[in-house]
Order: sequence, then structure tokens, then C-alpha cells
Amino acid sequence: MTIIQQILFIIALATVSWLIAKRVKLIQRTIRLGKPENRTDHPQERLSIMLRVAFGQKKMMTNWTVGIMHFIIYVGFLIINIEVLEIILDGIFGTHRLFAPYLGAVYPFLINVFEVLAVGVLTVCVVFLCRRYLTRVGRFQPERHREMGRWPRLDATLILTLEILLMIAFLTWNASDSVLRERGVEHYAQASTGDFFVSQFLKPLFTNWDTTALIVYERFAWWFHILGILAFGLYVTYSKHLHIVLAFPNTYFSDLKPKGEMNNMPDITKEVQLALGVAQADPNEAPAEIGRFGAKDVFDLSWKSLMDAYSCTECGRCTAACPANITGKKLSPRKIMMDTRDRLEDIGRNMQAHNGTFEDDNKTLLNDYILVEEINACTTCQACVQECPVNINPLEIILQLRRYKVMEEAQAPAAWNAMFSNVENNMAPWKFSPGDRFNWADQVNQ
Amino acid sequence: MDATPEKTYKVPTMAELAANGEEPDVLFWVGCAGSFDDRYKKVTIAFVKILNHVGIKFAVLGTEEACTGDPARRAGNEFLFQMQAMGNIQVLNGYNVKKIVTACPHCFNTLKNEYPELGGNYEVIHHSQFLQGLINEGKVTLKGGGTFKGRKITFHDSCYLGRANKIYEAPREVLQTLDAELVEMKRCKTKGLCCGAGGAQYFKEPEPGRKDINVERTEEALATGADTIAVACPFCMTMMSDGIKNKEREDSVKVYDLAELLAQAQSL
Ligand code: SF4
Ligand code: SF4
Repeated sequence: MTIIQQILFIIALATVSWLIAKRVKLIQRTIRLGKPENRTDHPQERLSIMLRVAFGQKKMMTNWTVGIMHFIIYVGFLIINIEVLEIILDGIFGTHRLFAPYLGAVYPFLINVFEVLAVGVLTVCVVFLCRRYLTRVGRFQPERHREMGRWPRLDATLILTLEILLMIAFLTWNASDSVLRERGVEHYAQASTGDFFVSQFLKPLFTNWDTTALIVYERFAWWFHILGILAFGLYVTYSKHLHIVLAFPNTYFSDLKPKGEMNNMPDITKEVQLALGVAQADPNEAPAEIGRFGAKDVFDLSWKSLMDAYSCTECGRCTAACPANITGKKLSPRKIMMDTRDRLEDIGRNMQAHNGTFEDDNKTLLNDYILVEEINACTTCQACVQECPVNINPLEIILQLRRYKVMEEAQAPAAWNAMFSNVENNMAPWKFSPGDRFNWADQVNQ
Repeated sequence: MDATPEKTYKVPTMAELAANGEEPDVLFWVGCAGSFDDRYKKVTIAFVKILNHVGIKFAVLGTEEACTGDPARRAGNEFLFQMQAMGNIQVLNGYNVKKIVTACPHCFNTLKNEYPELGGNYEVIHHSQFLQGLINEGKVTLKGGGTFKGRKITFHDSCYLGRANKIYEAPREVLQTLDAELVEMKRCKTKGLCCGAGGAQYFKEPEPGRKDINVERTEEALATGADTIAVACPFCMTMMSDGIKNKEREDSVKVYDLAELLAQAQSL
């Protein structure tokens, strides 16, 4: 009996690990489609940002109540994983509570901590579901945000429900196990750990069950718990919950520049220097292959923008702070990130279907996912960048798309074209004569 | 401290100073709005009066100044931005400029953060920091009980000063010296709501939506009950003034730049 379970378990574990590895590889490959950009300078500063923002959840704490609730899920997730290690080893070796004899009195203490955390996680998940469906926090509502369609909502609901079920399975598993131990049932009785802090109160649920039924439930809860966690691991790679992993590298590779500084375009610097006669063209130099100016598709964006897209939690803090979105414009920085990820997922599927190479699908990020009306509404106020709890920069993508629209397609709104020509000809964005620029000084002594 | 009415204020240019073989302590970068926008010219003048008053050796570029290129760059026209930037850098480096002060957060951000990569390295400060410095050094002191004593002032954070460059306290410290009651809007500092002008929005109609951004922001400013909205940016100035007009409150609520408030308080 145990040997069959062991074999089944090893098969399940191997299959899920293989599937996860495949997904991880695909995600890596699509991120590598982006343009190179160096984000490894200042390692100490980066490490400290990662520790504060991802590990310490600094930006979540701007709203204390939500911050603490999220923190409970996060700590629960980190710590309960120690238990998962034991469960996996038990599954492989057919043991029961393998760590108990080695850890002695520490063991029940650990399990007690896990149980308290499990209750915390369970409670917070219920509260989070209520926030979505009962108190209806604005930034999650599809009526106000068209990017919050069926899948994003289902995604959030699925994860919260799964977490609730996992916690229930964990606690009732401990409770049924305690009863079995009490009854001295062989295999269970080898671990003499006593009752646990929370599950002791659940024991009355099981005391009337006969031993066979108890064993069946214990096995069910154990399998449900571990299979649930394995499924969660795979599911996460398709979900906004990928942030539980990517938040760490994503904050490490944060933009260290002041938020107001826009990336320079060295290709253009060279051309402008030639045009102004500041530099001479080097006749020996092979004409540089000039790439596309700005971005039309994900291939033109920095790899960091692509990692940003996979890291997005779809929390909508950016959108809730966006002046354009607040006043009813189509722009939503969260949608910019979700569209970028959708594009990457589509490209990933395309690559899988064509032996690992992307076959043109006549679609581009700009136009087929993100509309010009959206990017034109941005005031570059950086509120989205400021708010993002995992240091995503939606503005960077918006600006790159604008560059493409203006420099490659020469399609700016007419009023911008007028402004451009004023800057070029009159040295000011308005049609004033440059010779009048200093006229204000005449009024100083009036 | 007393401003004498017959006092004449001077605005030396870099060219004049250079002709005498002199260099100023600081270059005042006026910016396009400061040079051409009728409302913001008043701010330029107020700031020049303060500079004169404290006796700092400054100069302006006059007609040699050109748009920094900020709106072109944010709109996506990198060519135009770099043409402007390099032209300006040639002029600035030609005069061996080391320190720049400007009353425009957009010019400030561009000169400070974006010119270095193109060869323009200067110490750049915004006029709010400059004014704060003057106050801290005791060069500007206000006798208590000025015109603002006891009145409510609210400060609107400019995105390119605040989030872009983390300058939140300098403008507030300047306002503190006015002895007025500084009331904050619901969204302020890192959470400050944009006036709607940045990213070259100022130069085109907004995209279709429910509301104009400046109206949303003005409503928030009015909700504080302040009768003065202090700004530190020419574009915020226009957007907030338009918002006040939209709300038909231009008789009871005024929009002023920090430099104007300080100059007024000293009756310069
Ligand atoms: S930078 Fe653009 S997208 Fe981001 S919050 Fe401001 S207006 Fe919205
Ligand atoms: S970009 Fe950041 S703030 Fe916006 S939805 Fe994604 S995680 Fe949330």
C-alpha cells in the first residue's frame, strides 16, 4: 500500500517539476527576446532595494491594514514551505513526520507556528475575497477597469480559494493525524508529537469516525495538500501570482536613475553630433546598423520591461494613482503591463508551436494590444512608478511606444507636430520670435 | 531689508559678463514659459528681484537660451530633444557655466538628469531649493505678521520636482516662513496628483475622458479651504489657474509661485 503511494507520489512530483521547468524556460526565453540593458551595476544598492521592497514589503506598508494582511500571507507562504519539504520527503520515503524524531521539542513548536500562520492565511484570504466581491475595492472592479476581465478575476479568485482549501487541508490533516496517533494506529504512532496548537480544537470533528475512515481522510487531506501545492507551483507560472518569485529579481534589477530621467538613445546622439558638426563621421567605421527607434513590439523593449510584465501583480495601485485613468481616459498603467505580458504569452505559445522560433503573426504590442490613445494620454507623472509595490515601470514602455510612433511613423497628434516645429524653429514650444526671448527684462523695473 | 521704490533691478546677461571677463556665481535659466508666458514672466521678475535684493552675482542667457527639449523628448521626439540639448550644452559650456538655478521643474530635471549624458555637467538647483537656502542662511528674513499671516496656503507638488527628484520639503519650508497655515491636499508629496500638463500634454488637447485632470486637482485644492494655491512650476501654474477659472473661484482663490509669495511678503 505505502509503496504504491510512494510510486504515485514520485511520478506526480517528477511530472509537475518537469512541467514547471518547461514553463520557467519558456518565460526566460521570452524575457530574453528583449533588448540588452545593463542592470547589474551598484550591486549593494540593488541588494538593499531588494531586501527592503521585496523581502521587507516596504511599499506594501503605505496602507497598514492591507500591508499587514498581505504580509501574513507572504510569511505564511515562506514558512509553511519548510513543512512542504517534510511532506515531500515523507511522500518519497513513505515515512510519517520524518523530521519529528530529529527535531525533538522543536518539532511541535514549528508545527504550532505553521498552524497559527495557517489560520492567519486562511482569515486573510477570506478578507481578500470579501474585498473583491463584497466591499468591492475600486481598483479590482471590471466596470471601472476593462483590463479586469474574466481571466484576471478568476485568477485571483482561484488562488485565494485554493489557499483557503490548502490551509483547511493542512489543519484537518493534523487533527485527523492526532486522533490516529492517540489511538496508537501503527505508522501514525511512530511520531510522538502530542497535539498541536490549533488542530487540537478540530479533533472533535473526527473522534466519532472509525479508524479506517480516519485513515482515508488523513490520506486524502495529505494528498490534497501536497498535490494542491504542486499544482499551485505550476499554476503560478501562468498567473499574476508569479510575483511571489519574480518580485525578488525584479526589485533587484530596479531602475536606479531618478524617476524623471528618461533613457538616452546613443544611436541618435551620434547622428545629432554629425548633424551639428560636433563630430566627424569615421570613414573606416562600418555604417552602424540602426535598429528601430522606440518600440513597436516587445522585441524592441528592454528585457527589464519584459520581466516587469511577468512580475505584475495586477493590483492596480498604479492605475488607482494615474491622473489619466482617474479622470476617465483609456490609459491604465496596469493594462500596459498586462498587455505586455499577454503579448509575451502569445509569443511563447507561438514559439512552442513552431519548434522554438517565433513565426510572424502580424500582430504587434502597439495597435493590437495597446492603443495609441492610451499612450498619448500619459502625463509622465511617474505616479505609477512610485506606487508599484514591486518596482515596475509602466512609464518606460509608454515612452518607448511614443518614440516609435513619433520617430518611425511620424505620427504625432497635430498639436504636437506644431510644438515640435516651434521648438525647432523658434527655440520655444510656442510661436514666438527667439529674438523676443529676453523682452521680459524690460518689465523688471516697471 | 526695506525695498526702496527707486531701486532699479538689473538683469545681466552672460554675454555682458563675459565681455568684462567675469563669471557669475549662478546662471538663472529662465525657461520658455518664464520668458514668454505672460503669467510666468511675473515669476521670473519676482525671482530676479529676490536675486538682486540678496546681492547674488547672477546672469541669464537672454536670447542665447533655447528650449531644453523636455516636451519634445517626453512626446517621443528624441532627435529634436538631442538637437536642443546639444545646442544648449555648447552655449553653457562655452560660458563655462558651473551652477544653474531655474524656476521650472521640467528644465531642472532635464538640465540636471539628462544633460550629463550628452556632455553637460552642471550643479543644477531648483528655485525652491535656492530660496530655502537663502532663508536658511538668513539672507531672506521676514518680519512677522506679513500679508499671509494666519491665511491658509496649500502647496501643489509638481511631478518633476517631487516624484522625479524627491524635492518635497524645500518648497514647504519656504512657505513656512510666510507664517501662513500650510494645509495639505489629500494627495500630496509622493502621492501628489499631477496637474495634467506633463509629458507634453500641455501642448495638446487631452484624450477623451470624464474630466480634465486640472479640474480634478483644483477641486482637491479647493477642498482644503485655502485661499492661496502655491505652485513651483509654470505648467502647474497655468493648469491650476485654469482650474480655478473653471470653478469660477478666481475672485477668492489665487495661484502664486513660491518666488512671488516671497517677493510679495518682502514687498519687493
Ligand atoms: S506616468 Fe503616465 S501612466 Fe503613469 S500614472 Fe502618470 S499618467 Fe498614468
Ligand atoms: S504595475 Fe505594479 S502597481 Fe501596477 S498593477 Fe502591476 S504590480 Fe500593481
